[in-house]
Amino acid sequence: MHALGRRSTISSVAITLRGVSKRFDGSDTDAVSGLDLDIAAGSIVVLIGPSGCGKTTTLRMINRLIEPTAGTIEIGGVDVTERPKEELRRDIGYVIQQVGLFPHHTIGTNIATVPRMLGWDKDRIRERTHELAMLVGLDETLLDRYPDELSGGQQQRVGVARALAADPPVLLMDEPFGAVDPIVRTRLQDELLALQEQVDKTIVLVTHDIDEALKVGDRIALLNVGGILEQYATPDALLRDPANDFVESFVGEDRSMKRLQLKTVADLPHERGPVVEVASPIAEAEAVMARYSSEWIGVVDDSRFLGWVSGADLASSETLAEAPRSLPAAQVTSDSTLRSAMQVIMTSHTSVAIIDDDGRFGGVVTLESIRAGLDTGDGLL
Amino acid sequence: MAAVAQAQNPIIRWEYIVDEWDQIVRAVLQHLELTVIAVAIGFVLSAALAAIALRYGWTAGPISGFTAFLYTIPSVALFAILVPYFGFSRWSAIVPLAIYTLLIIETNIVEGFAAVPPDVRDAADGMGMTPLRRVLRVELPLALPYIITGLRIAVVSTVGLVTVAAIIGQGGLGRLILDGLRRTFWTPMTIGAALSILLALALDGLIYAIGRKATPWAHRSGGSG
Repeated sequence: MHALGRRSTISSVAITLRGVSKRFDGSDTDAVSGLDLDIAAGSIVVLIGPSGCGKTTTLRMINRLIEPTAGTIEIGGVDVTERPKEELRRDIGYVIQQVGLFPHHTIGTNIATVPRMLGWDKDRIRERTHELAMLVGLDETLLDRYPDELSGGQQQRVGVARALAADPPVLLMDEPFGAVDPIVRTRLQDELLALQEQVDKTIVLVTHDIDEALKVGDRIALLNVGGILEQYATPDALLRDPANDFVESFVGEDRSMKRLQLKTVADLPHERGPVVEVASPIAEAEAVMARYSSEWIGVVDDSRFLGWVSGADLASSETLAEAPRSLPAAQVTSDSTLRSAMQVIMTSHTSVAIIDDDGRFGGVVTLESIRAGLDTGDGLL
Repeated sequence: MAAVAQAQNPIIRWEYIVDEWDQIVRAVLQHLELTVIAVAIGFVLSAALAAIALRYGWTAGPISGFTAFLYTIPSVALFAILVPYFGFSRWSAIVPLAIYTLLIIETNIVEGFAAVPPDVRDAADGMGMTPLRRVLRVELPLALPYIITGLRIAVVSTVGLVTVAAIIGQGGLGRLILDGLRRTFWTPMTIGAALSILLALALDGLIYAIGRKATPWAHRSGGSG
């Protein structure tokens, strides 16, 4: 019965929707029809689609702000209708676009809303409030202010802190970043992803912004008008193999460019490139250059990249160590997106970028390897 | 001639205050009593009517129509109508006074609750507040500025109306005014009117101050306070 009540022992839980339908009173069509959805524990699932696709309705059925007409919803294997609505909702974080902070409560009191309902003692609430302020990047001096005194971005952080206050295993977010400007939105998205690394919640997020969905979602549920699920897949799979014309047009024409933005250098197969140790004989360096049909040879000292040596300079040198080296103009890190790696390569004269993670050489990236990377999936399917 | 009359009947004759001090104090206290009781009763009735209007939306129109109708009844008539039932007691004054506050207070309570932002209500529900907790902890505090405004208007208008109740032998400071009118003696009229105005301003200021104290969030902008 009270599986969700044992919060401390459960870090995250799966959510399952089975044949969930909703028809509102006075309407003769379904807002959501027969929706099946499996949301893995600890993942971020994005519900997206055109207006009227039932994405917000679906979200609000999970915490029973809307009751389904048919079907079942389970959280952690427990039917949501088994508990009183209010009790269920205290175990589910809820973040909305307009934030909905209580204007008459200070920031600290706003964050403490659910802990106070759960009857936590004062010291525990104070400790938790400060901990959350830190977690979401709010200055602690703001805790005594009122919501009207904060910027939109700060208010949204408070909204997230308030939702996380009682450490619920599930977080529902309805267009959480829709009301802030694009720069703040990008930052809040990054913060959400960093936050998720620490809190490991099962997050369901509604948005109408495909770029946001691709960026934050582990999986994306693309819904069509009437709550019909068109495709449920990872962002990369959605871009690589759109299930139908609707999905294809929804994700946009620049699918390949979006995939470049989505994938990082670390997703590419490792390629060492025309690179040799600095102690190698000249002949070996020339052999490696010939194998790669390269005009340059990279020189490494153990794991450190020293620079590129041109074929001509190599021929006129006694040893590899003496040959004049040009430092790498083009370098990326493992977590650079393929798009920025491509940018780096296009603007360098070597048409190769080296991967350098804090001074450690990790191979090379070329336009060919990027193209090859797009031909494969991301391994999550 | 006029100058002589003016000299004999000045706007205010200070000895009167000394001579009639007890009567003036009694008039102020009765004025205060009638006002406070009438507004208190009016507030309780208004709260009940507002609760019905908010709970059952279809009643909102008829309720405000009814209170508006009551408000249109001339006060002199309403005071007189009740005398057969309550005699020349203070209830003949309090009942009409309370009735006149309904339109003002009920309307403001309803408006206050209607002004609670929908997203705030949604957040309260979404976080698992029970409906009762939501009303008491979220909606009522947010409606408070409107309710305070309604009370201020009701109190100021009631202080003025109390004077009319002098025609049925009540009316606090109204009796001083009526007395002056009958005797064409300016001093009690001036004192009655002046004290009535001062009382209205004082009560208004008091409720304003209480309201400000009760809604600190509404008065902070910029600074950390």
